[in-house]
This record gives sequence, structure tokens and C-alpha cells, in this order.
Amino acid sequence: MRLDELPAGIDAIIDHIDHRGAADAVAQRLGELGFVPGEPLRIVASGPFGGDPLAVKIGFTRFALRRSEASRIILRDAP
Amino acid sequence: MDALIETLPLRAALVGNPNCGKTSLFNLLTGSRQKVANYAGVTVERKEGRFTTPAGRPVRLLDLPGAYSLAATSPDEAVTRDVCAGRYKGEPAPELLICVLDATNLRLHLRFALEVCALGRPTIIVLNMLDAARKEGLEIDLPRLSAELGAPVVGVVAVRKNGADDLLALLDHPPLHPPAPAAAAQGEIHAAVRRLLTECTSRPAVASEALEDRLDRWILHPVWGLVILLALMFVMFQAVFSWAQPVMDAVDASVSSFGEMIRQLLPDGLIRSLLVDGIIAGAGTVVVFLPQILILFLWILILEESGYLPRAAFLLDRIMASAGLSGRSFIPLLSSFACAVPGIMATRTIQNPRDRLVTILLAPLMTCSARLPVYALLIAAFIPRRSIGGVVNQQGLVLFALYMVAILSALGVAWVMKRGGAQEEHPLLMELPAYRWPSLRNVALGLWQRAVIFLSRVGSIIVTLSVLLWALSSFPAPPEGATGPAIDYSLAGWIGHLMLPVFAPLGFTWQICVALIPGLAAREVAVSALATVYAVGGVDNDAASQLIPILSQQWSLATGLSLLAWYVYAPQCFSTLAVIRRETGGWKVVFQTAGYLFGLAYLAAFLTWRFALAMGWGPS
Repeated sequence: MRLDELPAGIDAIIDHIDHRGAADAVAQRLGELGFVPGEPLRIVASGPFGGDPLAVKIGFTRFALRRSEASRIILRDAP
Repeated sequence: MDALIETLPLRAALVGNPNCGKTSLFNLLTGSRQKVANYAGVTVERKEGRFTTPAGRPVRLLDLPGAYSLAATSPDEAVTRDVCAGRYKGEPAPELLICVLDATNLRLHLRFALEVCALGRPTIIVLNMLDAARKEGLEIDLPRLSAELGAPVVGVVAVRKNGADDLLALLDHPPLHPPAPAAAAQGEIHAAVRRLLTECTSRPAVASEALEDRLDRWILHPVWGLVILLALMFVMFQAVFSWAQPVMDAVDASVSSFGEMIRQLLPDGLIRSLLVDGIIAGAGTVVVFLPQILILFLWILILEESGYLPRAAFLLDRIMASAGLSGRSFIPLLSSFACAVPGIMATRTIQNPRDRLVTILLAPLMTCSARLPVYALLIAAFIPRRSIGGVVNQQGLVLFALYMVAILSALGVAWVMKRGGAQEEHPLLMELPAYRWPSLRNVALGLWQRAVIFLSRVGSIIVTLSVLLWALSSFPAPPEGATGPAIDYSLAGWIGHLMLPVFAPLGFTWQICVALIPGLAAREVAVSALATVYAVGGVDNDAASQLIPILSQQWSLATGLSLLAWYVYAPQCFSTLAVIRRETGGWKVVFQTAGYLFGLAYLAAFLTWRFALAMGWGPS
């Protein structure tokens, strides 16, 4: 499952980041912001228009991600 | 030789993630008053300060923009990367890096710290907000962390006096060698962060996390979030008119009684005219608006300090996206409500060059505080002070509408400019910081700085231009036996009549044309210029306090509305054009900006004038 498909308030764990193309600046930046395999995260809110962007809580930080950015984050299947 | 080494200052640089408190620490150490706020990207260029350690060692400290990584993606991050690597032009590599971490957010910030340690320069690790971390139940083993990173680690509380004493003591004997990381801090960077966290920290309690969750449930709520945002904006504009009125009346009264006093002291003549009609009428009419500007800034500062602004950007991101803008443009554009100059500088946090350019072009459309005096004057002259339904102040409502028109126009302009451009991705990736109580000290300091800026503008630009305009309006003196007011025979009158054919289709009078010229230097000068023109024009001898009734007598409502519409767009500010020239490194964007804003202003004023005539609001 991709992060943009995750319902709000459900805990999930990152499996990997999907790099689009050879030099995907967004994917690289996601890694630098701490979106790395094994990290737990949760969607805490979504925007008022079309549910975009998403407010994602990872560790003690919250980030606003647009859906296209969130779709690069592939989640681990629930056990 | 020893003495020479002793007196050469130590070159140190503050680095760290955005919003970790570098600038607060910089201010604490150097006694500076650089702007701090609670969102990522407040500092966009390097700032320098000096201080002396307790043992007398001089230090030259650089405050660098925050960065999530040394692989820079935006111009402000590139500054940090280049200074750290010693590649920044005119800036020798720092001898000591002071890496600041937010202790409550180690998982994110340790990552950057490890990157910094890997640079191979002497480094001190500073854990800021250690008090907040302890309050949350997080214990950090500083000696252990220091041993693992192979670099000294100290805790500070940058917002408290003496909060950096441990750091100061350490700077007396700074480390001379690059960090030598032990086992836990080696290997793949995220794995290293995880190992450091498990080895050096206790598991924190989750008390304040719950508060954050509760607040965000309302503030980021799809419906309530928007309701809260609109209510905040609405109350802000109501407050600008309702709260400020008593203070403004008091300032107004003292300005006009001061003018009256000078008038009685001096004999009739040139000097009296210069002082009363030129300086007091000019500067006095602008000073009156200080309370309104301070109320506007009080509101903005509280929103900045609390951590609300990035949330507002979150709520409005989709609207920005539909106009082809990144959410990153929100904060630069919002800063432009104070003044377009810092707003345009804040575009350095935008990664995509095209997004950055569009944001720069839009920044002057945001209603800066210099427009407030013009709006307030015209609204007071033409919009009756009525309350609608007993609660809503009609004048506040019109002000709110003017701001909204500007915002909607900006979205329209963005949409037009983005059309035809390639469909590329506009990343948001924006941190939503923890909520914080606004610090009384920062808010008071911010208000004080705004008041000083405003008053020094009045004292310099506005007084100078008022005197200049007074001279243009007074010379040449009318010929013997002339009947009309002196200004009709003066240079200013001549210039005004010369410009009139261009602006008559907008319903402007020749007096407005005269006021437009000095208004080029700074928008609020238009207000003082009108006061000077009408004072010298001799309609009444006390124009400073009489300007509002004079305007409502002499102009039709249609002219007033047309001038308001003009000012929503008018590109009248040299400082904005100068900063655009500096930020884009050329004149092209400057001319584009001035050209499209002038076109829009002319069009809007023309349409407003025509519409108002059709409504029967024209001259009777």
C-alpha cells in the first residue's frame, strides 16, 4: 500500500521509498526528512479540498505532503 | 606571537535543521535582534555577529539558514552547504561548526548532525530546548552522546537568559580536531541515528504529543480549520479599525494642536508654510496610522510565534496548487503582507526556480502594511462608519474585501503565468512545527522594531518628500493679483495638469496625479502628499486633521473607489523593485513586475470608475 491510500489515524511502517527516475529530488528529500524504511508513521489530517495535502506524523515531527509526494512512500503490509 | 593568536577572533558558524533555534541562540550569544519565529526558513541569508567568551576570547559567529541536508535543494540551503565546505565566495571556511539540534526532535535532527560531523571540521553539538525535552520526560545522556559522536555535546535553552553558559564555557577551549565517531555513530546514517537514540536516550512520555494531536484535530480539520482561519483573518481586520480608533484620535488631536501651536508662534511667511503645510501636514497625517499598523503586526507576530502559519499553508495548499504554485510560496507571500521586501527574500526557500520567479512577481500584489494608511484614509473618507447587524464594522469589512481582492487577483495572475509552462511537480514537503506559546519578549521586540521602522520612514523619506512636494507646490509663487489658490500656479500644479489626460479616464483629479509621484518612493507618502497638496492648495488652513472631510467633499465616491482599486495593484515602491533586481540579478523581472502591475492598476481603476459612474456615485 502507498501512503496516500492509508486511512487517517492508522499506524503504519515504511517499507521503502519509490524513486521515480534516476534523479528523483523529492524521493531523496523524503529520505533526508526521515522517511526511511522501518519508520512508523500515521496520517493525522488531510486538507479541506480533495483531501490534499496530507499531514503525516513521523517520529516527533509532522510534515505536510502532497498526495503525489506521499504516493512515493510504500508501506509494509500489515502482518 | 601568542598575543596575536589570542586576539584573532575564532570563526564559528551555527548550523542545524530549520526551526531548531539557531537564530534564538545567535541573538542570545551576540545580543543581536535578528528575526525569530516558529516556522522553517525564517533565516534565508548568513548573518554575522561578534561576542567575547567569559575568558576574553573574541568570536566571530555566523548564523546560517537551516538545512535538512547538506545536499542542498534551495538557494538558502546552498548558502549553508557552501559556507560549511569553505566554498562560499568571500567567506573563509569556519574554524568551528556549532551544530544546533532540537532536543525534542532528535530523530530528525541527529541525521543532519551526523552529516555535519562527517565534514571533518571541529564541531560542537548543541542540544537546544533541553528543558522542553525534560518536561516531556525525555532524558538524554549527554556524556554518552558526546563519546559516541566524538565531539563535545552541551545543552542550552536559547530563549532563556544565561541559557548558553555551558556553551560559552566550552568556547574558551574549543575542540581543535574533527569529530571521531565511535561505533554507534558509524555506518549508514539512519541506522546510526537509531542506534544513538536507543543508546543515549530514555523513552519519552507522550503528554505534550496529545496536546498537539488535540489542537491539530481542530486546526487542520477540513471544515473547522477553514472556519478558524477565516475567523482569524476577519477579526484581524475588524481589530485594525475598531481597536485603533481611540488611539488614532488621540494622536490626530495632538498632531493638529502641535501644528496650531507652531502656526501661532511663527509669523506668516515661507518658514511657517514649510513647517505647517509641508512637514507637519505631511508627516502628521502618516504618523496617525501607527496604531493600526501595530495592531496588524501584533496579530501577524502572534501567528508566527505560535506555529499556526504553516498550518494555514497546509489548509490553503490545494488552492495554491490549482493556481500552479507550491505550498512553499505561502510563507513568502504571507510575509509580503508586512512588506514585500522580506517576502521576496523569503522566496529563497523555494527550490523550483520557476516557482520562485512567479512568487517574486506575485509578492507586490500582497497588501503590504504601507498600503494600510492609504486604504484607511480613503475608507474613512468614503465608507460610512456603520455597523452591520450591530457586530460587524462596515469599514473593517471593506478593508477585508480589499485584501481578498488582492489575494484572488494574485491567484488569477499565478494561473495565467503558469499556463503554457511544463507540467512539473511542485513539491511541498513542509514541516508543521510544534505549537508554542508566543514569547512576550519576541512579540514586544517585533512590535518595537516595526514602530521604529515606521517612524524612521516617516522621519526620513516621508518628511523629505513632503518638503520637496511643498516646494514644488509653493513655487513659483502666484503672480500679483492672482485669484485662485497658490498651487494652481506652481510647478506641482503644472505637473498635475500635465498628467491629468492620462489619469482622467480613471476619475483622478490633478491633485491625485501630483500625489502619485512621491508615492512612487513609498506608498504611504501618497497620504502625506495629498495632505500637503490640499494644505498648500489653501482649501483650509489645517489640512493635517481635516484631510478626511476635505477628500469626502472634493471627490466623488467614484473617485475614492477608483483610487482604492488603483492602490490594490499599483507598483509604487522603489524598495520592492530594488530587491527584485537584487534577487533576480537583472532588470528584466523588474520591468515585467512594474509593467504588469501598472497595467492591472490602470485597468482595475478604470473598471471601478466606470462601474461607480453607472451606479450613480459619480460627481454630482
